Amino acid sequence: MNLRRDVFQAIADPTRRTILLLLASQAMTAGAIAGNFDTARPTVSKHLQILTECELLRQEQNGREVYYSLNPMKMKEIADFIEPFRMMWETRFNKLEEVMKKYKTEE
Amino acid sequence: MELKTKIHAVEGRHDITVTREFDLPVALLFKAYVEAELLEEWMGTKVIKLDAKPHGSYQFITTDPMGNEHHFNGVIHHCETNKAMTRTFEMPGTGFPVQLEFFTFEEDGKDKSKLTMHMIFKSVADRDRLLKLPFAQGINMAHTRLEKILKNQ
Repeated sequence: MNLRRDVFQAIADPTRRTILLLLASQAMTAGAIAGNFDTARPTVSKHLQILTECELLRQEQNGREVYYSLNPMKMKEIADFIEPFRMMWETRFNKLEEVMKKYKTEE
Repeated sequence: MELKTKIHAVEGRHDITVTREFDLPVALLFKAYVEAELLEEWMGTKVIKLDAKPHGSYQFITTDPMGNEHHFNGVIHHCETNKAMTRTFEMPGTGFPVQLEFFTFEEDGKDKSKLTMHMIFKSVADRDRLLKLPFAQGINMAHTRLEKILKNQ
């Protein structure tokens, strides 16, 4: 439960969302990621740390370099959160259709 | 079965579009939004006020299964029969800022219609928080059910 909430806090930040987008196509080192931002490198490192702690990112040692990549399982969890919202409206609209069909026949 | 309700939410944007096709003539779909008794029935809410006209307003109170009251209200800016409605939507006391909603009602073939609901939020964070509300409620309800089961053992 706490972990889940952290994931949403993680993606609420625009820099962290950009990092996730950058990593969507390829794994990158911290230096290469930081190269895409005007902000100081320690700031980017802090964002990477938060994303890693939420398990949205995975670290992989490749020689002397550490590569960051997306954790697809965790990313899927974010996509899934929109489903309950959709279900809520689906249920409401089904009810609307039902109520109005009944209304039509009674008219 | 495929759901008829579609959600279009682009990452990092402060708006969301909900669309749905109805097996109803557009006049009936529109009526469901402007007549208090009908709206009460399908939304499962109590309508305190519903004045669907420009400079009109609405106020709903919904009681959840736990007995808590939830208040909803807003101002109706634009209302064009069987075509469109623009209104604000607010949930006082929840910490969510007011949001702007554009409803488009369209005829979609014989006795069929389509509703497009474009919601605009104050910020991306507010949008994401609102999207997560049913998700969070789902988790809370599952927890409550679980607690009940555990207590009864």
